[in-house]
Amino acid sequence: MDYFEELSKDYRFKEGFHTCINCGTCTAICPAAEFYKYDPRKIVSIVQTRDNAQIEQLLKSETIWYCGECMSCVTRCPRKNGPGLVIIALRDLSIRLGFFTESEKGRQIYTLSKRLNNNILNKGYCVHPSTFTYHDHPESGPVFEWVLDHKEDVYGRLGARYGQDGPGALRSIPQEDLDELKAIYNATGGTARMELVEKHSRAKAAQMGMTMEEYEEYTFNHCSGGHFNGE
Amino acid sequence: MIYQGKQKIWSEYQKGIPSDGWFYVRSCIRQNFFPASEKFFLGICRDTLGHDIYETKHHTTCGGIAYHSDAIPQETAMTIVARQFALMKEAGYKNLVTSCITSFGNYTEILETWREFPELETRIREKLWEATRREFDKPEYVAHASDLVYKFRNEIAERAAHRLVDVHTGRPLRIVEHIGCHYSKMFPHKGIGGAEYPCVLSGMVESWGGEVIDYPERRHCCGFGFRQYMVKANRGYSLSNTHKKFESMEPFRPDAIITNCPGCPYFLDRWQYVIAEQTGKTYGSNGFGIPVFTYEELAGLILGIDPWDLGLQIHQVAVEPLLDKMGVPYNPGTKYLGLNEKDIMRPGLPSALKCF
Repeated sequence: MDYFEELSKDYRFKEGFHTCINCGTCTAICPAAEFYKYDPRKIVSIVQTRDNAQIEQLLKSETIWYCGECMSCVTRCPRKNGPGLVIIALRDLSIRLGFFTESEKGRQIYTLSKRLNNNILNKGYCVHPSTFTYHDHPESGPVFEWVLDHKEDVYGRLGARYGQDGPGALRSIPQEDLDELKAIYNATGGTARMELVEKHSRAKAAQMGMTMEEYEEYTFNHCSGGHFNGE
Repeated sequence: MIYQGKQKIWSEYQKGIPSDGWFYVRSCIRQNFFPASEKFFLGICRDTLGHDIYETKHHTTCGGIAYHSDAIPQETAMTIVARQFALMKEAGYKNLVTSCITSFGNYTEILETWREFPELETRIREKLWEATRREFDKPEYVAHASDLVYKFRNEIAERAAHRLVDVHTGRPLRIVEHIGCHYSKMFPHKGIGGAEYPCVLSGMVESWGGEVIDYPERRHCCGFGFRQYMVKANRGYSLSNTHKKFESMEPFRPDAIITNCPGCPYFLDRWQYVIAEQTGKTYGSNGFGIPVFTYEELAGLILGIDPWDLGLQIHQVAVEPLLDKMGVPYNPGTKYLGLNEKDIMRPGLPSALKCF
């Protein structure tokens, strides 16, 4: 496969990739580059070489997963490139080709896909108090541990409609609307994407000698050394 | 001269925001952490100021967090958004207002992409019909909810019970304004003031009597980073970026922070707690943090709404230092009561960050 040709079909790539002059403005402004071993200038520079072997290395690398998609680079590029958009296209291709399991940060797609899509398809939103646990989010503090222990009371006092019918925050989304979301997933590749991530992740978990529960726990929690500058 | 230059650039990024005819869509994150802010956005704009804003129970996420976490393909995200547009059309509305900055960026990016690649819009229309038998019109106007509060800021000021002024000294309160990245970094012309001099929050602060702090990392991301927060192993990224901002703003001694993004107030609040617990360092006075607010929370305080009705008790950084400066009355005894004044105990206290 010609990876550059494949990337060129992606609308994010069409929007975000023009000739890069290697000025490094994107790297200077990038929140990820300050902490991670990440250099968006180098990534765009590699892509524009059209060197298949180098692009394949990128698709299997840790580095394409360091971006936070804040899009600060889009504002600053003097040539109207969007390195963040190029990153989205690279990640998309990495997932489609199953290369994402080759990197620690790429393997996290399994837990992201499972948790976010389950929330969307079952609750109608990406984040929901019924699946947000203090165990996974100790940074939410003792105040939020208390909120989660008293959801009906706290959210009720604050005017939300937690688990209830009708418009409002945290309402229960009608089943017919959840069914429409599922139909959209089926029609647009969302379901196929979830199944693809699951298939490649299962293969990787087996290779690593883990059950899927262990694999999810590991990908969600484990951070090896070497990702950060100065390490 | 420089000020004139800024004014000139800013004047190029004015938005003619309609007053009425809005279809409202909620935020995945704000419902969890700032549900009262969404309640009072509608309460202030619709009930107090009398503007037409409609919400249907049938709307959902825009999928933006999943999209920017690479968990759904672009066409899935676009078709979810197309469904929201269809609901708006069916309800008879033409202007869309989003509670979420990621959504605002997502809707804007999708409309811009369709404008540039019309064949993609055609394809999404077909996908939406195939999946839901719905059809949509594109909105005439897409705004973020903070755009509307900005538009109505002087009407709010006219009804002010309190101002962003230290009632003990008469000093304007020093406010850090933090704008969500996807408000105007991708499409500067869609934000009030653009990406360089966004005015959406500073305009509120100035209208309500405060003084805006200009500090080096003012435009730096809070560090949400989607996958960089959603996955526990990556949260060092998120924490490090917030830490960078606080170290930069600290010398300017802010009294409070105002934000317009769902995640930013959560991260700027919670990472202060984590920094304090890990290092003992606090950024406010006397062991407190710097209180962080949504624009609706600050508008609510200006209008004299009870702080605990605004949900300020579910922040981790204590808000009382700012309430005391503004002269806002509050009852410590009712802070942690549940529905119908039910006793539901109270949260534990951090060991380093001072709280009540």
